[in-house]
Amino acid sequence: MVNRPHLRPATGGSIRRQLVVQLLIVAAVLSGLLYLSVRGVADTAVETTQDSILGAATIAIAEELRGGEDGVSIDIPYTAFSMLGSIGEDRVFYRILVGGETVTGYPDLALPESPPGSGLDPRFFTTSYDGSEVRAAAVVRSVLVEGRNTEVMVIVAQTRGAKDAIVAQMANRAALLGLGFFALAAVLSVITARSVLNPVQRLAEAVGRRGPDDLRPVERPVPSELAPLVRALNGFIARLSGALSRTETFIAEAAHHIRTPLATLRTQAEIALRKTDDEATRDSLRAMIRAADDSARSAGQLLDHAAVVYRTDQRTEERIDLCQLARDMSDSFGPTADIRDIDLTTDLCAPPVEITADRLLVESALRNLLDNAIKYSLPDGSVAVTVGTDGGRAVIRVLDRGRGLSGARTTQLTGRFRRGTNVADVVGSGLGLTIVREVARAQGGEFRITEREGGGTCAELSLPL
Amino acid sequence: MRRTIAALVIAFCVALPRLALGFDVEEEQVFPAPSGAPTAPLRILSTTDTEIFAPLLDAFQADNPDVPIHYTVASTQEVYKALHDEGAAFDLAVSSAMDLQMKLANDGFALSHRSAPTQALPGWARWRDQLFAFAQEPVVMIASARAFDGPLPRTRSDLIRALRDRPEAFDGRIGTYDPNRSGAGYLFATQDARQSDTYWRLSEVMGGLSPRLYDTTGAMIADVQSGKLALAYNVLGSYAEAQLDPDGDARIVAFEDFTHVLLRTALIPRTAPNPDAAGAFVDFLLSGDGQRLIASETGLPPISEAALAADPYLRPIRLDPGLLVFVDPLKRQRFLNEWTAAVVQP
Ligand SMILES: Nc1ncnc2c1ncn2[C@@H]1O[C@H](COP(=O)(O)OP(=O)(O)OP(=O)(O)O)[C@@H](O)[C@H]1O
Ligand SMILES: [Mg+2]
Repeated sequence: MVNRPHLRPATGGSIRRQLVVQLLIVAAVLSGLLYLSVRGVADTAVETTQDSILGAATIAIAEELRGGEDGVSIDIPYTAFSMLGSIGEDRVFYRILVGGETVTGYPDLALPESPPGSGLDPRFFTTSYDGSEVRAAAVVRSVLVEGRNTEVMVIVAQTRGAKDAIVAQMANRAALLGLGFFALAAVLSVITARSVLNPVQRLAEAVGRRGPDDLRPVERPVPSELAPLVRALNGFIARLSGALSRTETFIAEAAHHIRTPLATLRTQAEIALRKTDDEATRDSLRAMIRAADDSARSAGQLLDHAAVVYRTDQRTEERIDLCQLARDMSDSFGPTADIRDIDLTTDLCAPPVEITADRLLVESALRNLLDNAIKYSLPDGSVAVTVGTDGGRAVIRVLDRGRGLSGARTTQLTGRFRRGTNVADVVGSGLGLTIVREVARAQGGEFRITEREGGGTCAELSLPL
Repeated sequence: MRRTIAALVIAFCVALPRLALGFDVEEEQVFPAPSGAPTAPLRILSTTDTEIFAPLLDAFQADNPDVPIHYTVASTQEVYKALHDEGAAFDLAVSSAMDLQMKLANDGFALSHRSAPTQALPGWARWRDQLFAFAQEPVVMIASARAFDGPLPRTRSDLIRALRDRPEAFDGRIGTYDPNRSGAGYLFATQDARQSDTYWRLSEVMGGLSPRLYDTTGAMIADVQSGKLALAYNVLGSYAEAQLDPDGDARIVAFEDFTHVLLRTALIPRTAPNPDAAGAFVDFLLSGDGQRLIASETGLPPISEAALAADPYLRPIRLDPGLLVFVDPLKRQRFLNEWTAAVVQP
């Protein structure tokens, strides 16, 4: 199985950065709008206030206008101007015209562009006086002088320093608020981006943490936005494991189909061998039997391997007594060992060593190890099986005094169809240690095969308790 | 004090060339730079008498020995005219006519000046960083205790009652400012009139007792002291306190219905040739040292919120655009006509 965890995907930008940038842009735009709208609102509000005071002042003067026999009487009330001091320290200008003639005040103060109607409401306008912008209010009143209607216009103007100061102050406060808002939004957007992306991160971690052969579908709950991704992922996993299991099934079926004709082939070759005395024919029949054995072994191991791979996904875990299992297994190898005069012993520690694992898997691992130890031992050799614990793990060792490994290392011998240089004429397919490695991996354990001091080999399988 | 006398001597010796000014000057005096290395002079146009201001000028020159000071005294109307109509070149205008000072500042005849001492002034003692009050003076009545039968009046209504009850004791013995001729008198009368209607009743009553009209506080105080007057209405309390004989029979009465507080203000005219020196002098006047000197050497009460808070009937005349109303020529004419009709009865 190809397993390249370091393979880096091509990245096109970061979602988090994009989220943060977009949220920040929104916050900045909102802050700017806040500033502008507060400025606008403050401007209108203060202008309205100034207008209403100006209007009140103008009307207060207009109310005191009286007609009479000797002209218009004008009596500016103290409060008319005094109230203008209430918004701030602004300069005040005024002009009173009777029949178009300025009678008092500042004669160069501008008149409104269109004369205010004789309605009661003052007309407001903005102009400049003595180099300053001023806001002005004008009203016209008709006064009866010597029996004739005379128009009197009252204009009161005020500079806008206080208004500008108030608006600036409010706008600055709004700007500060906007900035605070912006800063808060910046922090929040980082937090939001992180929390939004958290499920993605967790999903990635969960998938990343899986063992190489773990092809179960992803079942953890994810936000609905991630459901399509998970669905796609699960679909992919399903297709992948489907493809894998089809391959395994195919191999198993192939092996099974080969085994029966091979057995027939072998039987026929043996019968032929018994019937003939011609040495040359016997030799080629023996070679044929050997080849049939070889193929049968290969087919058997392929089947075993397929079974192990299948069970890796469908394990049925149970409590197993390793000592018992080792004893049973070496018993089953007893006859084989006897034929070769090999002394097969077990050395099992006193309390039973129990692990949680799939019995079939552990059995096939141990079977392959014992098979190797006997197969690669010399006649009259000795093989020992030990079971013990070491640092929280159960350790099964199969030791022999055979030919050793000729320097080959575990990784070289556990590959598929990999056989050592030391095999000479020993029949084998090179899948035995592959099966052991798969079992170790499926059960979360480790496998190591090393040369023993004084000759021989030590195969060590450790499994979590 | 010795320095003041020296300065006076020099004033006579220097004999300033009378400039062809379009306004009337009462007194002019030069205080030469003590360092002998004079820079541009500080020209002050003031309504306050030289002898009252001299200690302040001396103290300022002690800190700024290179600045010669030209101190010119004129009436409130003349100070206003000099700056508003003549464009005279002065660096500082000091006046007790708040309305005219306000008019100057409002019409753009003043320069702005911002500094720590001006910012420390309470809001009511400053306008637009252009007008600065450096002394607050209650406007009071001086009364002869003997003329009143019983306790002295505490309110204007009390006074009206006293005058009506015993007209013979007051006939021809009441003094007050003539607002036609005195700027301060006009300001006091207009402020009284806007504050309460009692003022017009009082004016009518006083008018029936053939009042004497004066131009200055000093003359009124002197006449009360000498017994010529039974009372002088609307005089500057600070002058009175300085001049009254503590064992004499004249008393200062601050009316409890309301007593106006006049703010003596300074402004730097737009035409100032040396506004920096003027700014320095304003800062000096408003500084802690300056205010202490004003209290101890000139007899003028320094600016103090606490003093106002202590006597709730004290009402500082506000530096607001309302002051412009009585400067309006139509309004002025109207008021003076009314006043004359009430007080100067045939
Ligand atoms: N006990 C042992 N002593 C010496 N060599 C061994 C021993 N066990 C394994 N090896 C070496 O490791 C190789 C791989 O072992 P493996 O069991 O995978 O294959 P095999 O035994 O050759 O074939 P088979 O699949 O039939 O078991 C062997 O070919 C042999 O060279
Ligand atoms: Mg093997």
